[in-house]
Amino acid sequence: MTIQRREFVAALGGGVAVGLAGCTGSADDGGGPGVAGETLTLTTTTSTYDTGLLDELNAPFEDRYGVTVDAVAQGTGAALETARNGDSDVVMVHARSLEDEFVKSGYGVNRRDLMFNDFVIVGPEGDPAGIQGSDTATGAFWAIAEAKALFVSRGDNSGTHTKELAIWDAADVDPGGDWYRETGQGMGEVLNVANEQDAYTLSDRGTFLSQRSQLDLVILVQGPIEDGPERLANPYGIIAVNPAVHDHVNYDLAMAYIGFVTSPEGQRIIENYEANDEQLFYPRALSEDPDFQQYVPEGWEPDDDS
Amino acid sequence: MSPCSAAATVAPLAADCLLVTPLFEFPFESVYVRSIVFVSLYVSVLAVLLSTAVSLPVALVVGFSEFPGKRLLTSLINTGMGFPSVVVGLLVLFTVSSQGPLGELDLVFTKEAMIISQFVLATPAITAISLAAVTSVDSNLRDAARALGGTRLDVALVTIKEARYGIVTAVLAGFGRAISEVGSVLIVGGNIAGADGVSKTRTLTTAIQLEARQGRYETAMILGGILVVVVLAVNALVVRLGDDGVMR
Repeated sequence: MTIQRREFVAALGGGVAVGLAGCTGSADDGGGPGVAGETLTLTTTTSTYDTGLLDELNAPFEDRYGVTVDAVAQGTGAALETARNGDSDVVMVHARSLEDEFVKSGYGVNRRDLMFNDFVIVGPEGDPAGIQGSDTATGAFWAIAEAKALFVSRGDNSGTHTKELAIWDAADVDPGGDWYRETGQGMGEVLNVANEQDAYTLSDRGTFLSQRSQLDLVILVQGPIEDGPERLANPYGIIAVNPAVHDHVNYDLAMAYIGFVTSPEGQRIIENYEANDEQLFYPRALSEDPDFQQYVPEGWEPDDDS
Repeated sequence: MSPCSAAATVAPLAADCLLVTPLFEFPFESVYVRSIVFVSLYVSVLAVLLSTAVSLPVALVVGFSEFPGKRLLTSLINTGMGFPSVVVGLLVLFTVSSQGPLGELDLVFTKEAMIISQFVLATPAITAISLAAVTSVDSNLRDAARALGGTRLDVALVTIKEARYGIVTAVLAGFGRAISEVGSVLIVGGNIAGADGVSKTRTLTTAIQLEARQGRYETAMILGGILVVVVLAVNALVVRLGDDGVMR
């Protein structure tokens, strides 16, 4: 995590600056929006947090607006549930089906595409199920099930877990039995468990890369970034909590945050962020051509009443 | 907690009030570690003080009086010692969530919410052990105090003085439960540290969990070592206070 790399003086200075802005209640940077001193609660996934990307994004946002961002790393399902209860202002998650449900039921507004990376299927170097070089994710999963090779599942209703279940479903496999182990933990822990047990697992590329130096696992099936199957794409979205449903949420600040992370500056930070000299996330918010699909649930039609 | 007090006061306070400021080279920024230690101590100490303020009178009243259901009440308090912290965390989360009864106070993901959950966790332990200590005080002593014209308060004070070692043990047991607990503070606190590396609701235990989650077992162990040192220091301090304060 980048916290450890941060300079003590810089951190202290930043803290004091934020603190002063909060105490005086005015933005020192002259004519800033009237949100100085406020706190934004962001619920997000463990992958954005554990890779250290959020610290990189939040520090300049905090500096510019004189605000504090409280980032809570929970996993997509829990992050959306916290937002449903009105306990967070904005969510940054990666499971389009769950995001669509969240927006459709009225809890979220103004969804934007933020960035993407991809999932990779990782496993022991020996590759007991022989999935290396599979053209499809479903083929690889089918082979793992057929060989009854150990597979560690997140089992936590996260974005990665949602993706994993969709792949099993598409592969027409109902995973279960001794070889299939649900941990109910975050991505980092699951990689550790898979590493200890010589098991396969599905991981987002970012978390795997940032943790790779401690793991013996290798990538056996690549995602679309390395020309793997499109099914392993991993798009991240950001959604504000609907202030008409929860009137106490900090909607102004949530929109300021969405504006910042989807701005050229925010997108540049995402593009330049590296762990172990490798890019973890790819910006997706900036596009000359309109992409209306990002604002509405997938498959939504204007005359659709839903 | 306003961002003002979170950002501006945590760092200097942490620097001033800590007896165990790390002086050697760490894999963490010292502001990060100090703010985490500060949050751990702040939450646990306040929770234990509040718990003690509630538990001690309850233990004295229950210990001195006879009433139907006393046994049942004692069993309930003893059972409370084993109440799973994750369940307490969930209950407190429902209570402080914006949809819950305390939703107006906006306590989710704050130190205050963590204090509430640790208060709930520590109170049964402190009450049960204090109760055992109080009831084991020789009843002749109380009778003597009363015979010498002591008021109810005097009798209570004499009993507390006599039972002080048991009560100190009770407070330390409550503190141990509070500071070493990870389940409830993770749920209601959210394990938040700012982008500037200053902890808001991250404690030593949740920081250890975060390190372990990412496979950084060595750094997790270092934080574990700090936690043990902090607990040892607090124990030594409280035992010393217990001796000096009561015996004088």
